[in-house]
Amino acid sequence: MVAESETTAEPNGWVGRSIPRVEDAALLEGRGRFIDDLGVRPDLLHAAILRSPHPHAEIESIDCSAARAADGVFAVVTGADVKALTASLVVGVKAPIECWPIAIERARYVGEPVAVVVASDRYRAEDALELIEVTYRPLPAVVDPLVATGAGAPILHPAVKSNVIGERTFRYGDPDSAFASTPHRIRVDVHYPRNSCTPIETYGVIAEYDPGDNSYDVLANFQGPFSLHPVMARALKVPGNRFRLRTPPDSGGSFGVKQAIFSYVVLISVAARIAGRPVKWIEDRLEHLAASVSATNRVTTLEAAVDTDGRIRALAFDQLEDCGAYLRAPEPATLYRMHGNMTGAYDIRHVKIRNRIVLTNKTPTGLNRGFGGPQAYYPLERLMQRIAIELNLDPLDVIRRNLVPANAMPYRTASGATLDSGDFPASLAAAIDAGKLGELIARRETARAAGKLYGVGFASVVEPSVSNMGYITAALTPEERRRAGPKNGAQATATISLDPLGAVSVQVASTPQGQGHRTVLAQVVADALGLRPQDIRVIADVDTAKDGWSIASGNYSSRFAPAVAGATQIAAMNLRERLARVAATQLNVAPADIVFAGGRVAARANLDNALPFARLAASAHWAPGTIDSDLGQTIRETVFWTPPELTAPNEADEINSSLCHGFIFDFCGVEVDRLSGAVRVDRYVTMHDCGRVLHPAMVAGQITGGFAQALGAALFEEYAYAPDGAFLSGTFADYLVPTSMEVPEPVILQRESPSPLTPLGTKGVGEGNCMSTPVCIANAIADAMSLTSLDLPATPTKLAALIHGRQNEPRVKS
Amino acid sequence: MPRLMAASSHRVSFTLNGRVVSGEAEPRMLLSDFIRHVLGATGTHVGCEHGVCGACTVQIDGAPARSCLALAVQVEGADIRTVEGLAPAADRLSPLQNAFRDNYGLQCGFCTPGILMSLDALLDERPNVSEAEIREFLSGHLCRCTGYASIVKSALAAARQRREDRVYA
Repeated sequence: MVAESETTAEPNGWVGRSIPRVEDAALLEGRGRFIDDLGVRPDLLHAAILRSPHPHAEIESIDCSAARAADGVFAVVTGADVKALTASLVVGVKAPIECWPIAIERARYVGEPVAVVVASDRYRAEDALELIEVTYRPLPAVVDPLVATGAGAPILHPAVKSNVIGERTFRYGDPDSAFASTPHRIRVDVHYPRNSCTPIETYGVIAEYDPGDNSYDVLANFQGPFSLHPVMARALKVPGNRFRLRTPPDSGGSFGVKQAIFSYVVLISVAARIAGRPVKWIEDRLEHLAASVSATNRVTTLEAAVDTDGRIRALAFDQLEDCGAYLRAPEPATLYRMHGNMTGAYDIRHVKIRNRIVLTNKTPTGLNRGFGGPQAYYPLERLMQRIAIELNLDPLDVIRRNLVPANAMPYRTASGATLDSGDFPASLAAAIDAGKLGELIARRETARAAGKLYGVGFASVVEPSVSNMGYITAALTPEERRRAGPKNGAQATATISLDPLGAVSVQVASTPQGQGHRTVLAQVVADALGLRPQDIRVIADVDTAKDGWSIASGNYSSRFAPAVAGATQIAAMNLRERLARVAATQLNVAPADIVFAGGRVAARANLDNALPFARLAASAHWAPGTIDSDLGQTIRETVFWTPPELTAPNEADEINSSLCHGFIFDFCGVEVDRLSGAVRVDRYVTMHDCGRVLHPAMVAGQITGGFAQALGAALFEEYAYAPDGAFLSGTFADYLVPTSMEVPEPVILQRESPSPLTPLGTKGVGEGNCMSTPVCIANAIADAMSLTSLDLPATPTKLAALIHGRQNEPRVKS
Repeated sequence: MPRLMAASSHRVSFTLNGRVVSGEAEPRMLLSDFIRHVLGATGTHVGCEHGVCGACTVQIDGAPARSCLALAVQVEGADIRTVEGLAPAADRLSPLQNAFRDNYGLQCGFCTPGILMSLDALLDERPNVSEAEIREFLSGHLCRCTGYASIVKSALAAARQRREDRVYA
């Protein structure tokens, strides 16, 4: 780890300043390089996908003869073709189920691929889809996860004999004694809905196959984690070095969603192999909404053992996770991402958890911003409100009495995570003060006096970042883990290169989708080498054949600022140290007396005794003989950094699921329209402690953007299914994404408690509001309408029914 | 207007960012596809192809329009502007583009070209536009990254700058 004094060596450094983004000029002028904007081979063909209209059906026959004969068609690919050339995608639990990128003999969700047409252009490919004759034998479908667990439910995967494909129980501390000895038991029941952050750019894949050496070369707007690279290579039945995966320089948003493109990478790769030519597939919006991926929906019962003053002694979770029709990697990760911090921001020592994974006739699930956070914090923070109401306490007092105290940091949670830093009670107090909670409470009283439905809600959470690649193995028993071997860590990598003119290039495997990684890394490296950000060129897209990468590479779990920028900092400081030794010889001073500033490398005591940085940097190319042989080269520095704290789950199933934990405390005021049931968010305050801030405007952008998505999840968005399995959210007119009319600007407050565990003191900040905001708004609605339970999305239809239902009750004359 | 045959391609000509362009299009070809894949102007992006997200917005004869809801053959002879036509020079951004950079009005930048084309038309029409009017106008665009606040700020800053530029012009 780099000492703090070194990271802040430049008193007026670039890090911490909101400089203009290097990404923006090209994007603003229409010169972005998104996947569908890039040049392609002249023999490229285009794919279109025929999808199942049935939620559950046997595929009795597929007649492709007319499609194959159609004008411009080069190939039609079915499940049988794919099965012949690939292996099932790896499944993350020990159950006899397979997972293919296309329906094999049976379709299990609306939108599941059934056939792929490859043609000279997309229009002709889509024409030919209509010529494919598929005979389906519809089967009963099940979409409700509770129904799916019951006897007599339609079984999706007959080899398992049940739709419940995984179950584990966990016990930390002594929850049973705590429940027996504590005066109050308070419980919430939650059905958390399915939703997605729906990036505006859809999936895109361009694949080709070389039969000469049995290799695939793929360009896809994949976002990582690159742990899916071996999953894809194994499915394609080639060694990893024969599956070259590249990402385009620009990607139009992802929010986790472009993780799930990996099954289409396999599918289009097979199509290219069969067609004998490169094939491109750009997903359309209808395909995306129906069949790309979704966050999990989850049914949770959460019960707390509570003292009369609101202090929580124990928690008991019963979670039923609905992963859709297939368990696609890295699922069941949504269920385990939060495992170490299931107690949130609270000091609760006794916890029991029952986790079940169920399959239903819905689109398979995967990464989505917040990943497991919304599903876990919704019941926990609803519970905090219920405790206050049932015990007649102030909800803030209940939160305060349970927060992890500052003097307990670093705090090890009951289930094994380390909360690395922060003063939660001080952050809460600062938010109440600076966010003017008192004014908001007064607004509520005024509104209520005027007969309005107005409520105030709270939420406090810890935001995990830098996922431990080993947390997912908590889905296995300790015995299964012993047999499989340990999995842990999270390798981040960065390479810094100096060219023969002495210019500095940085390459990282972070695949950004708009987060400004190139700008921030230029700031970090500029500070380390005494240069300006515009002197540093950063490449953040990935080519697995040429770049440094590992399974943790990619853009997820808010790992950029803590892990990728951290690895870059280490690489820059390593290179600086070696360059200082070269300079020391030339300037005739000790290496410790060398300073890097203003584009020059100088002796600290006499700044005129100096070299231009570029000349020093270029010397390894032009005059390697002048460099001490024990220094090796000073041309390129590659660093791999994995935090030692990310250990594998232990025998007690304790798991440090994430490296860093930021703190968030939110409160808001909402008004519910008595007539329509529409919710207006009147004021939203969000306090963040995400450690050291590298670029304040980008942090604000992450918070504001995450807040808007969370507001959509709270009020509008749901991937809804009819009871018979029909998909009801197939267009952007049905799946309602919030617009500028619905999203107010949140009040952002910040404190900085640097993480002691990351090279720059940074923590992640990208996902927090997707975890805290849905439940904060729900708590405010529940407060406005005196609701005991409330499930999202809180649509006008749902709330109006509650309002008018009560209005229709017979009135008692007073 | 010439009779169009569904099964054959037709030559379509119009002005794109001040230059006369032409290409072959079947009658069913979307304007968005024609601009991107026939003419190679890939700055205009396609986000939904059903007219909701607004990413593909271009200006047709000065008015913002969804290029995914128009056919290439419909704009024969029209004057079309896309994001590539906004900057006064390749190395110089327009006041609107500058405002987006200064106010972090974009993250991934995929929806941005359509938003710029709408706001450019709005600011032309209403130089003294209010925040409420901007928000209403922007509601025809979906952005998933920014939460809109920085876009609204960018638009307000651009309106101010354009007013000042007019005063001193």
